[in-house]
Amino acid sequence: MQLVVEHLACARGAAQILSGVGFAVATGEALILHGPNGSGKTTLLRTLAGLTPPLDGRITCAPDAIAYAGHADGLKSSLNVAENLTFWAGVFGTHSIAPAVAAFDLTALLDRKAGELSAGQKRRLSLARLLVTGRPVWCLDEPTVSLDTANVARFAAAVQAHLADGGSAIIATHIDLGLPNARSLDITPFVAKRIRADDPFGDEAFA
Amino acid sequence: MIGLLSRDLNLAIRAGGGFGLGLAFFLIFTALVPFGVGPETGILRIIAPGILWLGALLACLLSLDRIFQLDWEDGSLDLLATSPLPLEGVAAIKALAHWITTGLPLVALSPILGLLLNLPGPAYPWLVASLAIGTPALSAIGTFGAALTVGIKRGGLLLSLLVLPLYVPTLIFGAMAVSRGAAGLDATTPLAMLGGITLATVATLPFAAAAALRVNLR
Repeated sequence: MQLVVEHLACARGAAQILSGVGFAVATGEALILHGPNGSGKTTLLRTLAGLTPPLDGRITCAPDAIAYAGHADGLKSSLNVAENLTFWAGVFGTHSIAPAVAAFDLTALLDRKAGELSAGQKRRLSLARLLVTGRPVWCLDEPTVSLDTANVARFAAAVQAHLADGGSAIIATHIDLGLPNARSLDITPFVAKRIRADDPFGDEAFA
Repeated sequence: MIGLLSRDLNLAIRAGGGFGLGLAFFLIFTALVPFGVGPETGILRIIAPGILWLGALLACLLSLDRIFQLDWEDGSLDLLATSPLPLEGVAAIKALAHWITTGLPLVALSPILGLLLNLPGPAYPWLVASLAIGTPALSAIGTFGAALTVGIKRGGLLLSLLVLPLYVPTLIFGAMAVSRGAAGLDATTPLAMLGGITLATVATLPFAAAAALRVNLR
């Protein structure tokens, strides 16, 4: 098992969003998170990525195993495509950006400034960053936003290759990616919206 | 770490990066003082040390909100926080990049602006030394303030209010070193105090800034 989550309770700011979340993701497996808007998919992924500390429960995972990609692309508009990728490759200590460039068909765009790319091209660049992290567990939040069908297929192929390579992925999405070894998890039963019991300002904020 | 520093410096000098903003402000501020207080060299000579330090401080303040705000807005800060770099290291590198793009040019330009304010001759080495020793503290304190206010839209006002009182000791000792130098006295004591402030802020505030960032990223 690459990632095991037990009795996890997650909060966003003063509000507890989820409680009792439990699942396990094995090597080579993808978990697709479903749930209506506002049900807490982003909160869950940010908690898994370690950006938000969990209120309760446990996340068992190797240290530094998770690569997170959120709604924002995290690109610098005045740097070109190659510079953006090379920077993240340096941060994560991997040194070749070539496989990432090939997987998301960015060769023709390498010298273009990220600020001049279309929304879909920015998205591809931001997804290519996942490959240069070299990390096994991908936590992706709506990764296919602004991608056309051809690029959704390209993304699905990249995820497939990552899974075949001994990785795993947790993906919040509303569309069908067509991944063969994907399980889906509806997070609606775990939704527990209430003000955090331990929040000293909770009463005032909602009075 | 080196990659982050070179990226930040690279972003600062490219179009829209804000390099030179502090420098231009420092230049305009000091150049306008003689018009405001009148050209009598006697008055300028007395107020020059304080004006130069005040100008440097305000020029530093001007660019503080950019330290983390841009990375926060485009999502890079989330990604940096989940990267193998320790957040303390990120904060320290950000402070260093801010000092290289703001503090260092101010140090280099200050003797020329000293001329504009008729700063007495013996004060020049003290002016350069005090700015070189004191401006890293301004960047370190400012990075902490920027980390505290990173999630706030238009947080610049709050940032200034938080940071200004913390800047006061640096300003007092910095300006005192220059004015003692101008009077031909020995200024090593205020300079040593300034060095102490810089060492303490550089050693501790990256940890405080990282803690503030962790809270703000929740």
